[in-house]
Amino acid sequence: MEGGPAVNPVGPVGAEEHAEPEEAVGDTRSDLVAAEDLLLLVNAAITATGQREFRSGAAEQRLSLAFLHEYVQVNHRSLYAAVLALDINDHNAALIAERLLRTAREATPEQKRTEGRLIAARLALLPPQRVYRLFRALRTAGVNNRRTRAVQRDWLAARPDLGLDAVKYRRELKAAVRHAHLPARVLDTGRAGELGDFLFRPGARPRYAHPLLDAHRRAHYEQQAVYELPFTVAEGFAARHGIPRERFLERIAPRMTRLEKLRTAEATGGRTAEQELSELPLTRLALYVLALPRAERAARRTVLTAALRAAARRAAGPAAGTWGRVSAVLDDSYSSYGSGVKRRRPLAVALAAHFLLEALAAAYRPHWTSGLTDPLMAHPVGPTPLGTRILDALADSPARLVIVSDGWDNAPPGLAGEVLRLWRGIPAPGRATAVVHVNPVYDADGFDVRRLAPSVPTVGIRDAEDLAALVEIARFAEGRTRPAELRAYLDRRSERFLLAHERRTHDRRARDRLTHDRSADGERARERDTQEQRARERGKPRGKRNDDASTEGGRG
Amino acid sequence: MSGLDMTGLTTGPAQVWGGIRLVPLLRDAPVAGLRLHRDLRGTDGAQEEAEEYEGPCGGVSYVPHAFVADWSGGGGPGASYGTRLGPGGGPAEPVRIPVSAHRRPVRRLRDSGRRGPRRPSRASDRLRFLPLQVALAGYLSLHFRGPSVAWDEWSRSAVRNGLSPREEAAYTGTSVPGLGEALRIFEIHPRQCGVLLYAADALAAAFVVPHPADYRALHGTLVEDLYGELVYQYAYFARPVPAFEARLGDGRHLRSLADLRAAARNAEAAWRRDHDTVLAAGLLTGGYRFERVYTMDGFTVQRFLPGFEPGREQHIGELIRDHKGRTAYLKTFRLSEAQVRRGHLLDALHREDWHPERTAAALGTTAEELVRRITSAGFASLLKHGAQRPQA
Repeated sequence: MEGGPAVNPVGPVGAEEHAEPEEAVGDTRSDLVAAEDLLLLVNAAITATGQREFRSGAAEQRLSLAFLHEYVQVNHRSLYAAVLALDINDHNAALIAERLLRTAREATPEQKRTEGRLIAARLALLPPQRVYRLFRALRTAGVNNRRTRAVQRDWLAARPDLGLDAVKYRRELKAAVRHAHLPARVLDTGRAGELGDFLFRPGARPRYAHPLLDAHRRAHYEQQAVYELPFTVAEGFAARHGIPRERFLERIAPRMTRLEKLRTAEATGGRTAEQELSELPLTRLALYVLALPRAERAARRTVLTAALRAAARRAAGPAAGTWGRVSAVLDDSYSSYGSGVKRRRPLAVALAAHFLLEALAAAYRPHWTSGLTDPLMAHPVGPTPLGTRILDALADSPARLVIVSDGWDNAPPGLAGEVLRLWRGIPAPGRATAVVHVNPVYDADGFDVRRLAPSVPTVGIRDAEDLAALVEIARFAEGRTRPAELRAYLDRRSERFLLAHERRTHDRRARDRLTHDRSADGERARERDTQEQRARERGKPRGKRNDDASTEGGRG
Repeated sequence: MSGLDMTGLTTGPAQVWGGIRLVPLLRDAPVAGLRLHRDLRGTDGAQEEAEEYEGPCGGVSYVPHAFVADWSGGGGPGASYGTRLGPGGGPAEPVRIPVSAHRRPVRRLRDSGRRGPRRPSRASDRLRFLPLQVALAGYLSLHFRGPSVAWDEWSRSAVRNGLSPREEAAYTGTSVPGLGEALRIFEIHPRQCGVLLYAADALAAAFVVPHPADYRALHGTLVEDLYGELVYQYAYFARPVPAFEARLGDGRHLRSLADLRAAARNAEAAWRRDHDTVLAAGLLTGGYRFERVYTMDGFTVQRFLPGFEPGREQHIGELIRDHKGRTAYLKTFRLSEAQVRRGHLLDALHREDWHPERTAAALGTTAEELVRRITSAGFASLLKHGAQRPQA
C-alpha cells in the first residue's frame, strides 16, 4: 500500500512513477500502519472462509486467518470491532465476535459498550446455525462473563420463533440455555414452561401447544406429522419410518427453503423451475449454472442467460449504465476451480462479475484468460496469461478496467505486474483509466489477497453483488486517501449499521407487543372459560366431575 | 552420435511449486497420424469428439512401454514390453508380460458424467503404469537384447523378495516432496503436448506426446513413476526455486501500447532461449546412440542410450520419430549415479559380445572382479553358476 516508505514485495524497486505523497499534519507512521493492517484484515475478512483453496489447505488458511485476527485485535482493538459494520462474510464476523467476547478483560468500559452493540447488531444478521456455533465455541473456550451471557440472552429473546429453533437446533439451543444460565421463563412468554420441558424433559408432557413442538412429538409414531416439520428434521424421521425418498421429497416440498429445493432438485435429476431461478441472487445463480454440464447449459441457454441478466440488473440497482466504458479481464484458468469444498467459486465470481459489469457499464468488453467468447460455456481450463489480457483490455481505452483474478499470473509470471507498472508511464492523450483488481481467493502465506502490482488497488471479493461497494473501499487501498479518512469512513459505517439495527429492533418489538396483546386477550378469555367450567362442576356428583376433569385436561 | 530433434515443440512459461519446476512444451499443430491407442485413453469425463485417425492406412496408434492394461486379446492384464505401434483402428497387440493381480491399480479414471446410472467400468477405463524401476530394468534388458523372459523373472523376484539391498532406493512420485502438489496445481495449456520436470532445477524427466488430448490423459501418470535417489534428494533438500518473472526494464523507450506488447513478447522469447540453452542443455545436447526398433507407416520407434559417463547428467529413453525425424513421442529417465555405473558395465559387456575375459580386459580389470561387479550390480541371474559365459 502506498503512502509510506514501505518496501514493495511485488515488482522491482519502481516507485518512480509515484510522487511521494505529502505527509499531512497529524499523520503519524503508526496511523499509516494501522490503516494498512486494517485493510489487510478487511480483505481477508471478505474472502477467507477457512476452507481448502486451490493452492493451500484448510489448516494453513485457518492458521493464517487466526494470526491476522489476533494481531489486529491486540494492536487496534477499536478498529477491529468496527470491522463488524462492514460487509464481511459470516465466518469472519463470528470469529471477530468470539474474539471480542473472549478477550473482554482487555477492553475499556467505553469500548465494551460499543462492542456489545456492534456484536448484537451483527449477530442479528447471521444465520442461526452460525450463531449457535459461535455459542458453542464460546462454551468450549470456557468464556462465560456477564457480557457473553447478556449477548446470548438478548439474541435468544429476539428470535421470532424459539419453537422452530427448538425443533431444528435442539442440541445447540439446549446447550446455549444451560451455558448462559437462562431461566426458561425468559424464553417462553406465555406458554407455561413448554419449551423448557421440550428441551430438558421430553417425555413429560402429553401434548404441546406450539404446533411444531407437537408435530415433533407426534412424528415419532405418526407419518403424517413428519410433513409438518422443517426439512432437515423431517429427513431423519422419514428414514426412520422408511418412507421412500421420492415420495418424501414430493410431499415435503412446501416446507423446504429455496436452497434446499435447489440442492435436492439437482440430486434427483429434476430441473429447477424458471420461477425459482429468478429468485436467486447473482453469484448463487452463477454457481448453479456452472454446475450444469455444458450440453445442458447450451440446451437451456435462453432461460439461464435471461435469469443471469435479470439478477445482474437487480444487483446493479440504480447505478445501472452509469459506469461508462468498462473493460474487464476475467480469470477462467484452471485454478478458478477452487477446491472440492468450494467448487468453481472463483469462476462463478468471474461469471457473475461479467454480467454485473455488463449491466453497470454503458459500453462493456470482456477479456477472458482462455479467450472465451461465450461466457455461458465457461470452464476452468488453461494457464493464466494475465499480462497479455491486460494489454488487450488497455487497448480498448476504457474508463475503468476491472480485473477479476486470484492473482497467480503464470504465463509468464510477473508480466501483469510489469505491464501495470509501466503502462502509466506511457504518454497518451486523454487516457485516464481507473484500474481495480478484485480477488476472490485469500492467500494464506501473504496474509492478504494476492496483488498484481503495488500501484493497483486490490480488494477481496466474495459475492459479485458487492462489486460496486468494494470499488469504493478500493480507493483507500490506493494510497491517495489519508488514514484519518479511513477512520471517518469506518465511523460512518458503524453508525449507520447500529442505527439500522435499532430501527429493526424497535419495529420487531412493536410487532411483538401487538401480537402479545392479542394473545393475552385470548389467554384471558380462556381463563374465564375455565373458571366458569369449574364453578359449574362444583355442583355435580364426584364421578361425573372426574370425567369432566379429564376432558378439560385434554383440551388444555 | 546425434541429439534429439525437438522441432515443432516450443517451450512455454514454467510453473513453479516449491522445489519443482514444470516447463510445458507446446505444439502449434498436433502430429498428424499418431495417437495414443483408443483403448488406453479411457473416458475422462470430457466430451471427446470421435477422433479420426489421419493417414493413408487409418493412422497409427502407439502403446507406451510398461503400460499395464487389460488388452483385448484376453489373458488378463499385461504390461506392454517396449513401445509398440499399431494400426489406428485395430486392437492393440503389444508383446505382453503378464502382471500378477495383486498389483494395485495405481490410477482409475472416473466415469464420465454424474447423471444417470453408473456405467460399469470397462477394463479399458483403467490406466496403469508399471513402476519405473522395473520399467527401467526392462529398458536396460531391451537395449541389450536380454530376453523378455529374463525381465519377467527379474520383476517377479523383485516383487516377491524386494529389490536387493545393493540396489539404490527408488521413490514413487508420491513420496518425492512437492511433486504431487506441483502436478495437481499445474495449469495445462490447451496446446500443451509435453512437459519437462525439474527438481531443484535438475532435469528429472521429459515427456512428450503427439496430441494435447493424449497429454491431458497422461499428465497425472507422472506422479506414479518411480524416481531415482537423485531426484528424491534434490526435491527433499531444495529451497523454493525462483519463478523467473518477466522483467521489462524501466520503460524509458516505450511510447505506446504496441511497444509494451513487443517488449512482453521479447521477454517470452528470452525465457525460451535461456531455458533451452541452460536448463535443458543436458537433454538436448547430443551424444546419444539411437537404436531403431521398428518402423510403421513412416513412424519409427527408437531407443536411445547416453554415453554413460559418470558425473554428468545422463538420460535414457524411448522415442517415436516421424518420417522427417522430428520427435512425436518421448519418454526419458534420468539415471542416477549407480544406474550410470550399471549402464557402463552392461555397455561394455554388450560391446564385447558378453565375453567375460575380453570385457574385463577392455575395462582394465580381471574376470573375477568383473563377475563380482556383475553380481553386485544385480544381474547375477544372467550368469550361470561358476561364472561361465552368460546366456546371450
